[in-house]
Amino acid sequence: MNPILELTGIKVHYPVFEGVLRRRHTGAVKAVDGVSLSLGTAEVLGLVGESGCGKSTLARAILQLVPLTAGKVVLGGRDLTALTAAELAEGRRDLQMVFQDPFASLNPRMTVFDTLAEPLLVHRVCTRAEVAARVSRLMGVVGLSPRFMQKYPHEFSGGQRQRIAVARALALEPKVIIADEPVSALDVSVQAQVLNLLAGLVRDMGLSLIFIAHDLSVVKHISDRVAVMYLGKIVELGPAADVIERPIHPYTRALVSAIPDPDPAKARASQRIVLPGDPPSPLNPPSGCAFHTRCPYAQEKCKAAVPPLAAYRGREVACVRVSEI
Amino acid sequence: MPLLTVTGLRTHFHTRSGIYRAVDGVSFSVEPGETLGIVGESGSGKSATCYSIMGLIPQPPGRIEGGTAMFDGVDLLHCTPAAARGIRGNRVSMIFQDPMTSLNPYMRISDQLIEPLLIHGKTSRSEARKRALEMLASVGISDAARRMRQYPHEFSGGMRQRVMIAMALITRPALLIADEPTTALDVTVQAQILELIQRTQRELGMAVIFITHDLAVVSGLCDRVLVMYAGRIVETAGTRELFENPRHPYTRALRRSIPATQPKGAELYTIPGLPPDLSKPLPGCPFAPRCEFAVARCHDTPTSLSEVGPGHLQACLRVQSGEI
Repeated sequence: MNPILELTGIKVHYPVFEGVLRRRHTGAVKAVDGVSLSLGTAEVLGLVGESGCGKSTLARAILQLVPLTAGKVVLGGRDLTALTAAELAEGRRDLQMVFQDPFASLNPRMTVFDTLAEPLLVHRVCTRAEVAARVSRLMGVVGLSPRFMQKYPHEFSGGQRQRIAVARALALEPKVIIADEPVSALDVSVQAQVLNLLAGLVRDMGLSLIFIAHDLSVVKHISDRVAVMYLGKIVELGPAADVIERPIHPYTRALVSAIPDPDPAKARASQRIVLPGDPPSPLNPPSGCAFHTRCPYAQEKCKAAVPPLAAYRGREVACVRVSEI
Repeated sequence: MPLLTVTGLRTHFHTRSGIYRAVDGVSFSVEPGETLGIVGESGSGKSATCYSIMGLIPQPPGRIEGGTAMFDGVDLLHCTPAAARGIRGNRVSMIFQDPMTSLNPYMRISDQLIEPLLIHGKTSRSEARKRALEMLASVGISDAARRMRQYPHEFSGGMRQRVMIAMALITRPALLIADEPTTALDVTVQAQILELIQRTQRELGMAVIFITHDLAVVSGLCDRVLVMYAGRIVETAGTRELFENPRHPYTRALRRSIPATQPKGAELYTIPGLPPDLSKPLPGCPFAPRCEFAVARCHDTPTSLSEVGPGHLQACLRVQSGEI
């Protein structure tokens, strides 16, 4: 499989200053700390983890919306981190994003037509005369009637707005779409519409998708592979059904066992692994494996060195005790 | 004898653009020690139902148009404000969805925690502080003595929800109403909070009304479930029965649209259309416009709950007449 997007050693650190008159650089919040990933053509990669694990920062780093501390983002053979601003604006055509909250990500003063026409005009994809035809075709792709072209976002429901946001991302015919929690703000019955739409785009148009979510059952449904993040690092990466049905890393196991099961018989029988406490602060992460403070299997050696992401039974796991537990 | 019996509750909101029938004839009861789940999508009236019982509906624009809510011989909807105050926050407590905004940012945790005890005149200040310390420790906050002196912003989301629970339980209520208490939290923290609610419920023998939009949360937690749609109850049954044998088309559709219940990668079932506009009169079944089984009479015949099995009630006309 030929990767369309390759991330190598991505780090995003935010400096922390103290003092008012004499500002001193006292540390860094390591939001993303060394992530390497590749995404194949027409592949869906799920990215899961709790709030604060760095999954949204990683998405923004891929799009160059936040400055990278280190690492490379190679899209279709071109390193985005080495481009000038003008080249980057051009390069971003192939890389688009769908945000979590469709109530906040659409401009309330722009009609659907304006919203969808803007990227086409900015990138001079077509002439003004052709725009209307392109916009109505886009609306058709996401299952909205072109009759609604002159309506404003507030006239649509949450699910419809999210479809407008998807249409906007599709306007430039990108190769990769990054969807950051695209269904978290939606009700279940509406969530299904957006999931079906995204899955259909990947299948029919050969798009690649990075799907960020905290809901593992949604991720399992839509993804080919899944990456689990904890405190800025990937702890487990592998085929989606495999990782979620038979998790290996102790953190993934806890995460999977925490999902409530919609089958009452199974829900009562299954043993939940309840992790103690909250995730540690990325400002001052624990030594060695960042998970050792909450891990039921932690030993002395876990505190010593950061475990590398290593191949294990057809996937990659970052745990030194992987063969013992 | 039920602890709480709600009969024919109707809560409407009178706005400039019309009258919204947020709760439109809801009846149910809660037994002592029982866990009742109320499931529905945004706008289905599940929160408005509980807010009405607790007297938290802003009036105006809201108005309780009818119905009773009997708790221990007192009708919470029609009693004097003083009588309601003696029950609310004392024998019936509530926890809310967003732990970030439901604690007072200007008050120390200790002062917020003991407030219910002082208001209900149960104990002295020093006794109340002792109780608060025990309560905080029992909801799993380590170093409780130091934490008591802190302010809400010094706590994480999961910790704040624990403080909320401690505050709700400090008066040892007979009924706890939990309005989406885990929706704003991560799954691992959600698991901690659900376990905490279950454990304290066993210890205090209290009843819980658990409001959620997540069917999966209900399945592990609740004894009985009410499914609400457009301000009405469309189906109610024991949890197991409801999941194994859902009868109302809305419940079935809801179940089919959850990814976890479907084979991986399969097209998910979607419910066509949108929930109805509650300001327009709905003479028939509120779900009829979106229902794949709807026939002409569904749109204009009033529906009512009827029994399809022991303790299993549902409101679909066509199920009642044995057609589907």
